[in-house]
Amino acid sequence: MSASTSSAKAAKTIVRPYGDTTGDGMVQMSFTLPLPHDKKAEGAALQLAKKMGIDPAMVVHAKAMGPDFTFFVVYGSVQHLVDLRDVHVVERDYPLLSPKEVNSAVKKVLRRPLVVVGACIGTDAHTVGIDAILNIKGFAGEKGLEYYSELTVVNLGAQVSVPDLVEQARVHKADAVLVSQVVTQRDAHLHNTREMSAAFREAFPADKRPLLVIGGPRFDESMTVELGVDRIFGKGTTPGEVASYLVHSLLGERKKANRP
Amino acid sequence: MTKSTPAKYADARRTLDLDPATIRKARSLARKAGAPVVSLAKRHTTVSVERATLRLAGLEGADVEGIPWVNRLVDVVREQVGLEHGVALPVWDAMLRTNDDLITVAQKAAAGSLTFRIPEGHEASRAGKVSRAGVSAGMRRIDANRKQRDKLIGKYGNPPAPWIYLIVATGDIYEDIPQAQAAAREGADVIAVIRSTGQSLLDYVPEGATREGYAGTYATQENFRLMRAALDETSAELGRYVRLTNYASGLCMPEIASLAGLERLDMMLNDSMYGILFRDINPIRTFVDQRFSRQIHARAGIIINTGEDNYLTTADAVEAAHTVTVSQLLNEYFAKEAGLEDWQLGLGHAFEIQPDVPDSFRLELAHAMLARALFPEAPLKWMPPTKHMTGDIFKGFLHDGFFNLAGALTGQGILLVGMMTEAVVTPWLSDRDLALQNVRYVFNTAGNLHEDFRPAPDGFIARRARQVLGEAVDLLERVVDDSLLEAIGDGTFGLMKRPAHAGRGLDGVIKKASGYLNPAADLLDEGVAR
Repeated sequence: MSASTSSAKAAKTIVRPYGDTTGDGMVQMSFTLPLPHDKKAEGAALQLAKKMGIDPAMVVHAKAMGPDFTFFVVYGSVQHLVDLRDVHVVERDYPLLSPKEVNSAVKKVLRRPLVVVGACIGTDAHTVGIDAILNIKGFAGEKGLEYYSELTVVNLGAQVSVPDLVEQARVHKADAVLVSQVVTQRDAHLHNTREMSAAFREAFPADKRPLLVIGGPRFDESMTVELGVDRIFGKGTTPGEVASYLVHSLLGERKKANRP
Repeated sequence: MTKSTPAKYADARRTLDLDPATIRKARSLARKAGAPVVSLAKRHTTVSVERATLRLAGLEGADVEGIPWVNRLVDVVREQVGLEHGVALPVWDAMLRTNDDLITVAQKAAAGSLTFRIPEGHEASRAGKVSRAGVSAGMRRIDANRKQRDKLIGKYGNPPAPWIYLIVATGDIYEDIPQAQAAAREGADVIAVIRSTGQSLLDYVPEGATREGYAGTYATQENFRLMRAALDETSAELGRYVRLTNYASGLCMPEIASLAGLERLDMMLNDSMYGILFRDINPIRTFVDQRFSRQIHARAGIIINTGEDNYLTTADAVEAAHTVTVSQLLNEYFAKEAGLEDWQLGLGHAFEIQPDVPDSFRLELAHAMLARALFPEAPLKWMPPTKHMTGDIFKGFLHDGFFNLAGALTGQGILLVGMMTEAVVTPWLSDRDLALQNVRYVFNTAGNLHEDFRPAPDGFIARRARQVLGEAVDLLERVVDDSLLEAIGDGTFGLMKRPAHAGRGLDGVIKKASGYLNPAADLLDEGVAR
């Protein structure tokens, strides 16, 4: 027992899925094949599972959905190993601040409210994300940015065109622009974001450009350079994280710029 | 047309011990709040109302750039003589003078070779008369479609409540059709074709069969026709009339409502305030368009679905529960004023309380029973959880099961089927199949549980229902004091502030002159076909 525990610790850079025993590699998955439900279809499901590295695989459930499709649930042991040394993620590189700390940092360093302009751009009408971050109501028990006394929030809402967003950012002298993109059909979120960042680059000199922050459930957080934005926030981001990032990024830079 | 709501739920009011006087007061306040808006709507027309009038007279198609002829014609008329008198007088006057048909007049107008005028005296009455004859062709087609629907329902019968409502949304009408037919075979009673994101903000209705849309398919007359024809086929195959739904909301409500009547759609999303709140469409534009579109729905025998569920996606479903009730009462008032009957009111509400809230299911039951008690004859539209669907599909599947159970216990008329992959992907074939299994399981095992379900008169559920009704009355009183337009401007609904002088489409609102004529509006008001 103790031997296996210590060896598990030693080998912590290599992991496999865990069903009910260390190293069993058990996974579950479900999928549909465009086949009528019969023995052959179940065989096809097993072959697919095997090609996906699940061996042995068990078709635990197969159900016809109409005459032409079959739905499968498959359990099995996956042969693949994950080497944690090869796993790269975007870690939070700024301290998490409370609303109070955010407000006092803005007051001290900026000596005026920090202006945030938010919008859903393009044809995207899903304001859930931007509202969760901006509305006083907030998300996950945290109040939105409107709650922060030293932040001025302008929420432009849904389906804002890029030129309008640039114009509004200029009118309100935005320090940061927050854009939410939920619809991903035909990569609309990526096209819209690129269009947006290009427009800001064109409209503002580099040192006057507001901080560009985008968020949405289907973004890859490491794509900032490719999309031309300063930060990407994924699923589950809370208002506090965004506020902390804004302080870190905007006030940190300002401090640097003010140095002789 | 058969009423879909079982009378067996009619005693919900007694069960919840709601005071009939309070209910009467709520309705009378809704009328007081709504009446000034109706009179405002009657004093205005919009570009879309005028375009709808031309569509009813049969003007179809678009120019080479895809701009519909109705838009081209209304724009030219407006530029030359304004729309204060309506589009009918100048257009039919031009037709009488040139001896051209409607499409030719539109083409000539677009080419700049036609001068419009506002006819007067004898010429005005003549133009008015022929325009009425022109528009009545569309009315007769709407009437014939309604008869045809009734005939088909008479032949096949209505499905038992709740009607199972499923969505297709591929963006390509030719992909939507097989998916819709498959969904009907799997058990859907109502098929909704979700529109392309952004269509509600187009100030024109696209033309023809369309194959590309974002997260949905454009609502066009041809797409309506193709889908209705396909579902007629499937209805015959299944021996069950499968209803078709689309969305009127947006800048083109009157036109889309007209097209729906002309192509025998069966239901339409049509909320009195949705466009204002969630699409930032000008309030006056919305109320004018809404009234005309609902008159068309009334005439076409179309069931409307209102959008109260949307409030709960932005506001908190417990704190804002009474705003749903207020909106339902306002929607009911506006709908009835426009001629809709109880069986046509798919008033919306939703299962959107944060599931971690203690007793959230009891709260949901209280809200759903309250709606049932207040609108015993209306086929309520029961919307599944979306806001608190997280990507944990297993939790979501259970959550949807509870939603279905609440629907069974409270006699909902139209049940929008919840997907466990909400917030993850547009529904897969398997998602729909699993979701329908969920519905069937609940209704098979507990569909009649409402017979045994009598919340204690002074228990949690009844007290909560009475509390929400009380809050709704308080809010309605404030709305009446301030005026509805001001309440909308103050962010009363869905936390969205929408002042009456702002928003999209305001430039398409026109105050009527004393000689204003709209033959479609007249035929709708009079309820006649000629």
